[in-house]
Amino acid sequence: MKFESKTPEGPLAEKWTKHKFNLKLVNPANKRKYEVIVVGTGLAGASAAASLAELGYNVKAFCFQDSPRRAHSIAAQGGINAAKNYQNDGDSVYRLFYDTIKGGDYRSREANVYRLAEVSVNIIDQCVAQGVPFAREYGGLLANRSFGGAQVSRTFYARGQTGQQLLLGAYSALNRQIANGKVKMYTRTEMLDVVVTDGKARGIITRDLVTGKIEAHSAHAVLLCTGGYGNVFYLSTNAKGSNVTAAWRAHKKGALFANPCFTQIHPTCIPVSGDHQSKLTLMSESLRNDGRVWVPKTAHKGLKAKEAASIPESDRDYFLERKYPSFGNLVPRDVASRNGKMMCDEGRGVGATGLAVFLDFADAIKRVGRDVISAKYGNLFDMYKQITGDDPYEMPMMIFPAVHYTMGGLWVDYNLMTSVPGLYALGEANYSDHGANRLGASALMQGLADGYFVIPYTIGDYLAHLGWNDKVGTDHPAFKEAIDGVNAKISKLLSIKGKKTVDELHRELGLTLWEHCGMSRNEEGLKAAKKKIQELRADFWQNVNVLGGSNELNMELEKAGRVADFMELGELMVDDALNRKESCGCHFREESQTPEGEALRIDSDYAFSSAWEYKGENQPEELHKEELHFENVKLTQRSYK
Amino acid sequence: MKITLKVWRQKNRTTKGEFKTYQHEHVSPDMSFLEMMDVLNTELIKKGEEPIHFDHDCREGICGMCSMYINGHPHGPLQTTTCQLHMRTFKDGETITVEPWRAQAFPVIKDLVVDRSAFDRIQQAGGYVSVNTGGVPDANEIPISKNIADEAFDSAACIGCGACVAACKNSSAMLFVSAKVSQFALLPQGHAERKERAEKMVAQMDAEGFGNCSNTKACEAECPKAISVSNIARLNREYFSAMVSSYKVTVGGGE
Ligand SMILES: Cc1cc2nc3c(=O)[nH]c(=O)nc-3n(C[C@H](O)[C@H](O)[C@H](O)COP(=O)(O)OP(=O)(O)OC[C@H]3O[C@@H](n4cnc5c(N)ncnc54)[C@H](O)[C@@H]3O)c2cc1C
Ligand code: SF4
Ligand code: FES
Repeated sequence: MKFESKTPEGPLAEKWTKHKFNLKLVNPANKRKYEVIVVGTGLAGASAAASLAELGYNVKAFCFQDSPRRAHSIAAQGGINAAKNYQNDGDSVYRLFYDTIKGGDYRSREANVYRLAEVSVNIIDQCVAQGVPFAREYGGLLANRSFGGAQVSRTFYARGQTGQQLLLGAYSALNRQIANGKVKMYTRTEMLDVVVTDGKARGIITRDLVTGKIEAHSAHAVLLCTGGYGNVFYLSTNAKGSNVTAAWRAHKKGALFANPCFTQIHPTCIPVSGDHQSKLTLMSESLRNDGRVWVPKTAHKGLKAKEAASIPESDRDYFLERKYPSFGNLVPRDVASRNGKMMCDEGRGVGATGLAVFLDFADAIKRVGRDVISAKYGNLFDMYKQITGDDPYEMPMMIFPAVHYTMGGLWVDYNLMTSVPGLYALGEANYSDHGANRLGASALMQGLADGYFVIPYTIGDYLAHLGWNDKVGTDHPAFKEAIDGVNAKISKLLSIKGKKTVDELHRELGLTLWEHCGMSRNEEGLKAAKKKIQELRADFWQNVNVLGGSNELNMELEKAGRVADFMELGELMVDDALNRKESCGCHFREESQTPEGEALRIDSDYAFSSAWEYKGENQPEELHKEELHFENVKLTQRSYK
Repeated sequence: MKITLKVWRQKNRTTKGEFKTYQHEHVSPDMSFLEMMDVLNTELIKKGEEPIHFDHDCREGICGMCSMYINGHPHGPLQTTTCQLHMRTFKDGETITVEPWRAQAFPVIKDLVVDRSAFDRIQQAGGYVSVNTGGVPDANEIPISKNIADEAFDSAACIGCGACVAACKNSSAMLFVSAKVSQFALLPQGHAERKERAEKMVAQMDAEGFGNCSNTKACEAECPKAISVSNIARLNREYFSAMVSSYKVTVGGGE
């Protein structure tokens, strides 16, 4: 398979400007002759749909929730990065670029990351103009906080609800275009396949989740803005509905899937409370600005948060501050997570399960006062108290790492096009900018960069070359074939009537991945996981029980289809992890570590993005490599000491 | 814990619904209300009964998707969302009644799932600032006092869940609409269109079949995000000042 990154030539800082100039334009009067499908209305999808409609394209947008405003982006808490340098603390586009490349452990494309940093400044302007109520200083100017992996304050925020406010901004822009008649919005509608003819994406197949009706939609281009696949682990911080189905079905239609094993485990989540646990709740990383992470120096089995005060200062191990004096509690997520796990593995974890560490605000409250802390984190503290019953103003929080974000995703070129012409992937659904580890507050930035400031330019080039006449109607046999495939799968799921629920099977898959393809991985474990997942998948197709019919709202059926895809993805994640015999970012291969136990990259062999090609049902996938060339940054072992 | 659940079951929009009673023996106080429902649903599936349908997604109290009317209160007895309600709030042996939101403008789709698309249509009528992508001023060009920004944020915190409507004996959507109108009325970016916005959104709200506000403040008492009724007062000011103009609106939608 041929695939090219299409990275423009020339100096880093000029690539995007030059590229924009070289892209072919669609004449304003002709834009209305084109139709574009946008699947997903999170930050990436809503911003793309609105911006394309403003330009004059006819857009059809889809989401599975009852309203575009409820996309998973709504849950993002901490903030969004931008190289505004409003704080005059030495930030710049180059520094944001550098931090992101380094934070990603040198496994992303320089040109993409630089562009991300470059357009970051426009995002904040756009959001403010839409009426996003960012936090402000008394003088009336925008406030910033700092986030993990950075030594400057470049994170803009709206209390602990930044994702909500940004999404409501993008949603309002989308609403304006729906009212204008330029966007037709389909809610409670799930995309179940992509239609490809003559090697180009021509449309999608959807299911109306209320009536069960299967429908075909054709267009000149299809944008997948369908989010990440963290829920493959069953327990994650993602919304319950987040899934890989759109991306996975595109993958089976020819789109390469990149770096599937790069999944981020977030250090600060509320620990699991029992078997009934349905999801994990993130406590924003911004808390590490003021919270200090510690465990007792010697094991105290079952130590409760309200007993923490009884441990004298001298018996506490502030392990992040001790091991990483220059970044302290603000080391990147992978480092913080792995160290937290290490403490628990040593038996020094706290709480009933021993699978937790303390995040303590006592010093901060003493230093700046309860009111200041409350203004910054009030809603997070309330949420924590609501869920656990403990009050973080009075005692430390207990936290443990949890699956949070997926850096892997559909492979895209510099234009955000997948390896299928006319099929694009934006936001968390693509793999483009975060390498092997994403820095905090950078996903919101990427989603909005892709949707507001990249795709409106790059899609024009494809459409202009394509021409508006080059469109396939839904009467084409390829649509019929795709519809038949979707129907067959639904009938199959409903006919098995086995003994296990979808959730039970999903949970088993999740546990297997968490154990062997989570924070720490080795060859033996991965091989065992591969075998286990194959068995689980066979079990699923013989033993799953999906009640109800296909022509009605049937949430078990929706879940079953998504879990079936997760089973296939899970195996690919393991294959990818097996193949990458180095440690990098989130991917810690026990076989590859420094004497101090830090991740050891092997640039000579692994400075590439893996891009997997689907080869047919039950066939091993084929690995392609996109070699990464670093012309501007020098590769060093990451050090946050 | 053991509890008895009386749950509204309704096959679809057109079929009549009824309460069904379930004994739930496996409840832990640490479960969220939705996790308790998950466990019940697993048991139902094992018995070959169709699970109870309910809306949910983030399970963090922010997406606004969950929507159960529990023991006579939207989102249950606490001022929070159903997903953030924990079983420790209830007593062992208690009987809990669970219904969908009840409002003419929110028809039941199935069991506890309702259609809240009327809220989207109200937002489409005017819940935005008319700016296109690109070509906007620098974010720090217009300073906004911290108090105003904070107040705008308080209004913007609405999650669009619809509990205010479900709580109101008139099924009024005033709290929801006023929150959006206030956010933009407070911020300089929203000033240019404030008159039309108030008029259009209120007209759409009326067209959707939401009732009038009679100041009972039940909405504020039940709102999980503590949206204040002072927003309604602001909406009224915005609306009446708008009515002085001769601006005409046309409304569509509403079903
Ligand atoms: C708890 C939490 C906190 C976070 N905090 C931060 C933060 O502070 N800063 C930061 O930068 N990042 C944060 N992130 C990450 C960030 O929120 C996400 O990466 C980002 O919002 C993803 O946006 P998106 O537009 O790509 O996808 P999403 O917002 O996930 O949207 C996906 C969309 O696709 C639709 N969809 C999916 N599949 C289908 C289908 N088959 N058919 C139809 N529609 C479909 C959904 O309906 C939805 O509209 C956080 C994540 C979590 C979980
Ligand atoms: S005002 Fe409150 S109750 Fe009403 S929709 Fe908004 S958050 Fe829900
Ligand atoms: S599920 Fe999102 S608010 Fe309850």
